[in-house]
Amino acid sequence: MALDHDTKRDFKIIGTRPLRPDGIDKVTGRAQYGADQSAAGMLVAKMLRSPHAHAKILSIDTKAAEALSGVKAIITAADFGDMRKGEAMNVRDHIMARDRALYDGHGVAAVAAINEATAKAALALIKVEYEILPHVTEIADAMRPDAPVVNAGFVQENAPKGYSENVVSAHEFGHGDLAAGFAKADKIISRTLKTAATHQGYIEPHACLASMGPDGRGELWCCTQGQFYIRTLCAEILGIEESQLRVTASEIGGGFGGKTTAFIEPVALVLSRKAGHPVKMVMDREEVFKASGPTVSSEIDVKIGMTKDGRITAGQAELRYQGGAFPNMTNWLGAQCAFAAYDLEAVNAIGINILTNRPKQAAYRAPGAPMAIYAIEAVVDELCEELDLDPLDVRLKNAARKGTKSSYGPTFDEIGLVATLEAAKIHPHYAAPLGPNQARGLSCGFWFNFGGNTSVSLGINFDGTVGITEGNPDIGGSRASISMMAAEELGIPYDKVRTIVADTNSIGHNDVTDGSRVTFAVGLATIKAARAAIKEMCKRAAKMWGIDEDAVIWEDGYAKPAGQNAGEFEPLSLAKIARKSANTGGPIAGHHEVNADGAGVSFGVHLVDVEVDPETGFTKVLRYTVFQDAGKAIHPDYVEGQMQGGAVQGIGWALNEEYIYGADGKLQNAGFLDYRIPVASDLPKIDTVILEIPNPGHPYGVRGVGETSIVPPLAAISNAVSRAIGVRMDQLPMSPPRVLKAIKGAKG
Amino acid sequence: MKKLHINTSINGNSAEFLCDPDATLLSVLRDQLNLTGAKEGCGSGDCGACSVTVNGRLVASCLVLAAEVEGAEITTIEGMAEGEVLHPLQKKFLEHAALQCGVCTPGILVAAKALLEKNPDPSETEVRFWLAGNLCRCTGYDKIINAVMDAAAEMRGA
Repeated sequence: MALDHDTKRDFKIIGTRPLRPDGIDKVTGRAQYGADQSAAGMLVAKMLRSPHAHAKILSIDTKAAEALSGVKAIITAADFGDMRKGEAMNVRDHIMARDRALYDGHGVAAVAAINEATAKAALALIKVEYEILPHVTEIADAMRPDAPVVNAGFVQENAPKGYSENVVSAHEFGHGDLAAGFAKADKIISRTLKTAATHQGYIEPHACLASMGPDGRGELWCCTQGQFYIRTLCAEILGIEESQLRVTASEIGGGFGGKTTAFIEPVALVLSRKAGHPVKMVMDREEVFKASGPTVSSEIDVKIGMTKDGRITAGQAELRYQGGAFPNMTNWLGAQCAFAAYDLEAVNAIGINILTNRPKQAAYRAPGAPMAIYAIEAVVDELCEELDLDPLDVRLKNAARKGTKSSYGPTFDEIGLVATLEAAKIHPHYAAPLGPNQARGLSCGFWFNFGGNTSVSLGINFDGTVGITEGNPDIGGSRASISMMAAEELGIPYDKVRTIVADTNSIGHNDVTDGSRVTFAVGLATIKAARAAIKEMCKRAAKMWGIDEDAVIWEDGYAKPAGQNAGEFEPLSLAKIARKSANTGGPIAGHHEVNADGAGVSFGVHLVDVEVDPETGFTKVLRYTVFQDAGKAIHPDYVEGQMQGGAVQGIGWALNEEYIYGADGKLQNAGFLDYRIPVASDLPKIDTVILEIPNPGHPYGVRGVGETSIVPPLAAISNAVSRAIGVRMDQLPMSPPRVLKAIKGAKG
Repeated sequence: MKKLHINTSINGNSAEFLCDPDATLLSVLRDQLNLTGAKEGCGSGDCGACSVTVNGRLVASCLVLAAEVEGAEITTIEGMAEGEVLHPLQKKFLEHAALQCGVCTPGILVAAKALLEKNPDPSETEVRFWLAGNLCRCTGYDKIINAVMDAAAEMRGA
């Protein structure tokens, strides 16, 4: 049987648009999200949070709160384990301040009580004595040699010298001779560009229900992108073994990277252990803004040289990212992505991580890439304008392709950037006429895509239906895609397959739902699990026919004799083999465990038309088209959904969204009224064009599609606004006052 | 704090409950009556995930006191389908893949139904402005708007 054939192309189910299996529950209100579960005897937990950006905690007096009727447990950092290093320590210390509050909103104590009102009353009775310390929330301020030290002890050997201890790491990528490259250029532009910190803005706040017995065994229900990682973090923080904690992922109300780590779960577990009752904990929206994980803010120096005919001769960037009071790797990712779209002889990017008195950043859709590529694509566009070149032609001239040595090291295999750019060039959008105060912008985007550790189990039920158990929370329709891939491989209808997301104790390990990995890696494991089941079904058919198992093939859902020499037998359907399986050797199942590599990189191109009101500086997005390589779109509706959703998050980032800190270091806009994400009336239709350049690393050619779409909007809109007003914008968000200032500045 | 005794009707069924004077309608629906379809996304009336109707009027139930609904008729997402039969909006949301995570979906469906009761033939712009009080972070709204327009057409018999 040639089961490991090349990329499959003749699909029956892949590429169709069946209804998602969790759809009915989600349109009727039945779906259970993080805050929707309750337990008998349940307590409610609330956190006391620091009102200061940076303060020494001199004392915490909980006596009066403990004496309040209905209060069952109060904890502080002293109730957590004493681990001294690693990411779990950083997560623990980000959740609950140990001796210093490091940001506005940092947890200081937590209460579990019989109801929310009692818990809130108890918080008011906890007396915390602070000594306020100097704080720093902005990148340039934090780097100064005399800056207040935010969190000592994190400086790595590669950190650049001459700065404060807040400058903790630097990662450098590139190749070639920069000086020689710039010498060949006809035009060189150097600029510094800035982006604000933004929030993932998932509509569902973090929520969990924890139950921990005195025997050290626990149950945790929570909204997360990764129940296995939550289990690892909580087990380490609580000092228990992973097998003793079962974590079940609820339906998840959005994540975008922001639910890849823990913010409340260890607190609820420790409170439950102390109180001896289940504990429910739900963040309010202000807490989500202040004390979960927004993305980094950035300052990026870019220098790019170009010839008169549009060839980039050299590119250089220094990316300075702050991601709060704890170190992160987003600078490492950003430096790799910055120039990834281009085939360059001389390129260098260095990413620097700076600590500030802000919450610890978490992943946000292609973490590190949007701001890096914004900076590069803004300068490339400015060069195109200065040299009077077509911006799409210049991208095509410099585009990375198969065989290009990428700016971050690896040589690209089959990639879709050129095809994507060509699709944009012939699209009617690119030639559509523009009116006064209107302009068009474009940008490339890139994301690596991840594979990672994955386990899938596939059972052939006696009645001929199929159950799939996987371990990655479904954040945008992945259960549908996984069922489709199984149905395709097995040769049975989609509605015969049901896929569920299991808890940590019902399936082998699975990495977090991140890196756009699920449809790729879980899909790959599902196809391999289906092939294992097919092998067993062929064996059973051989047994029923009394022939050699190598003489049986699987075709369109049937076991068939391999050829005339195998004998004449009526093909056996999956259902028939399943019904007989108890008598032919017992239940039939397939499973596959893999640390998947081969996740093909993903490129996209966005075109946007804007109109800028010269009186107010307000930018209206008039038309938007997303072009993206999906490798193979399993369920095109959900591929389009990722492309549209990412584009709109990027529109928010470009025009409105921003963490605003006051001089006092406090967050000034911790709510959806003042942190304004795009609403339906802000937007035009978001048109999509799916390209399919198969990924050689997946049996059906799948590439992840979830993240690339947030990368291009920042520069595409910045380039459009810059062309509309005749002034190059160099800072996000391009809020009306900022655009108006640029217009007035240009007029002198 | 003395609790208040409230009599009301929810999805056509009479309902009574005791509540604190400062309890919101949303907290009573979710925590006392186990109607968890309405979600709390912000608690400040900005996101629309808790949308329900009170006497036919679309409200953010996080901004309504439970004590205010004495004698009122409330409808929630749980009352939208009739038995096994989905409302056309629910059906069209599935067909158009108008949801990803789905947490905003109950609020958007309740809001869209309230729109179509007032205006059976809305323009796309009217739909976009009516739903501007309902935040969705996954979809970019595109497929939601298509689903509402298509449901409106079907309900008009167009």
